[in-house]
Amino acid sequence: MKIKGKVWKFGKNIDTDVIIPARYLNTSDPAELAKHCMEDTDPDFSKKIKPGDIIVAEKNFGCGSSREHAPIALKAAGLGCVIAPSFARIFYRNAFNMGLPIFECDETVSALGEGDEVEVDADTGEIRDLTTGDVFMAQPIPPFMQELISDGGLIPHVLKSL
Amino acid sequence: MTIAEKILAAHAGLDSVEPGQLVEVDVDFALGNDITAPIAIKTFKQAGVNTVFDREKIALVSDHFVPNKDIMSAEQARLLREFAAEQGIVHHYDGGESGVEHVLLPEKGLVLPGDVVIGADSHTCTYGAMGTFATGVGSTDLAATMMTGKTWFKVPESIKFVYKGKLRPWVGGKDLILYTIGDIGVDGALYMAMEFTGPVIDSMSMAGRFTMSNMAIEAGGKVGLINPDDTALNYVTDRATRDFTVYRSDEDAQYTKVIEYDCSEIEPQVACPHLPENTKGISEVGNVPLDQVVIGSCTNGRLEDLALAADVISGRRVSKGLRLIVIPTTPKVYIQALEKGILTIFLNAGAVIGPPTCGPCLGGHMGVLAKGERALATTNRNFVGRMGHPESEVYLANPAIAAASAVLGRIGSPEEL
Ligand code: SF4
Repeated sequence: MKIKGKVWKFGKNIDTDVIIPARYLNTSDPAELAKHCMEDTDPDFSKKIKPGDIIVAEKNFGCGSSREHAPIALKAAGLGCVIAPSFARIFYRNAFNMGLPIFECDETVSALGEGDEVEVDADTGEIRDLTTGDVFMAQPIPPFMQELISDGGLIPHVLKSL
Repeated sequence: MTIAEKILAAHAGLDSVEPGQLVEVDVDFALGNDITAPIAIKTFKQAGVNTVFDREKIALVSDHFVPNKDIMSAEQARLLREFAAEQGIVHHYDGGESGVEHVLLPEKGLVLPGDVVIGADSHTCTYGAMGTFATGVGSTDLAATMMTGKTWFKVPESIKFVYKGKLRPWVGGKDLILYTIGDIGVDGALYMAMEFTGPVIDSMSMAGRFTMSNMAIEAGGKVGLINPDDTALNYVTDRATRDFTVYRSDEDAQYTKVIEYDCSEIEPQVACPHLPENTKGISEVGNVPLDQVVIGSCTNGRLEDLALAADVISGRRVSKGLRLIVIPTTPKVYIQALEKGILTIFLNAGAVIGPPTCGPCLGGHMGVLAKGERALATTNRNFVGRMGHPESEVYLANPAIAAASAVLGRIGSPEEL
């Protein structure tokens, strides 16, 4: 599976309240959540991004509450994946469970520039900056996790195997 | 390999695993409570699945808002009751059978050494004290496990903590874990397996060990493991409801970090508002008047905790104007405390005895704080508004400090009585 899009950069410790503010948690409708994704940092974020675009963040992305609305909002907004040196533990789980690919990579924080065109090979973990030609390796996602993502998340994946 | 790696490898059907590897594992036991299970049950039903993977390997425990505190919580408890009846779930606890989940499940021998256990509750890591790979997950994870009996994990790196030296008076598991969190911080063990070892742990009772493993999550840890020894096996043997396998870390296991503490330098610890890492030695806390003291919770609400607090408070009275709330965490703890005269000691001291429930620990009910009030609790979290009003304050400490503080009317040690 290949993911291709433009880079949007964020800092460290981006918490789940930034990803989707608590005031919108009275719904779990993905389309509605997507509208407000990252809204407190950039009110027009959800309008600006295109399908496949990539968030490149610093360490501890997704810290804070265990709300599953955070990865749902990112995925429904059309983001292809998130790349960061580390993710908060429960966000990490929830992202895979919701079918949002995430990649751990240390070098991308400084190496990838805002707006760069980037292609990620989910099978190998290769991150290719098409703008600069640089290549980085993330921890590859094992086959069964890839399957989970291509099935659209944990529950659809589980249903397939039942 | 470490104990964490061995348990995960065995449950993934692999000979070995390495930190960072993602594995799919069989789950021995899964848990949901009256807050998290309703969402998991709805997801389960929406998916159109008819039956749970194993009706004997799931516990549904109504413990947070029971006895039902209001209509909404009553509806949640009802959802669990109905789902349990419909699915024939064997371990559904409600009413007079229920207790705080993380005390109840080990007590009933439902979670065992060598198991992989997931719970839709962050303090599921408590069972690590028995050498169980147990961790908290989201409601969707619980739903999926209820369907399949499986879950996925990223194999964690392990940090080894070695506790040496002689414990000072009134110092126990709570103080060691608070000290550790104060040292490494609330994300000091993010993603990682914490492994508690050393001569001090070897001579510690199960109650103290459960307290330490319980708070691994307060350092960001995935699990808080203790290699099972005779103490653990003695605890488990008579109550185990099924067979289990004991795993222990190899001598040459690889750790990301090894951290040693000389316990003879650790005095009773107090975590000040509003993070568990804001710890101080009791001698440095100063004059902090209190409105309420709570002795209970999955951290320190076991018989041993109540007995220790009762020893301190015996023959004394709770300070005028302060409320002492004591919560035996399970029916069994309640009965034993009753039979040993522990509850009488508390009642004579002027305490309120609550039923087995999470109650005030999460600001749920039965001891919620008003604006500006200050409490000391034997619980595990002192976040803003954790026990009530956003402008109230929570301090965390061990049961002996809690009992002494209830008598003194301010934070203090039994030595001051
Ligand atoms: S006692 Fe407190 S920390 Fe433990 S499960 Fe209940 S609410 Fe959570």
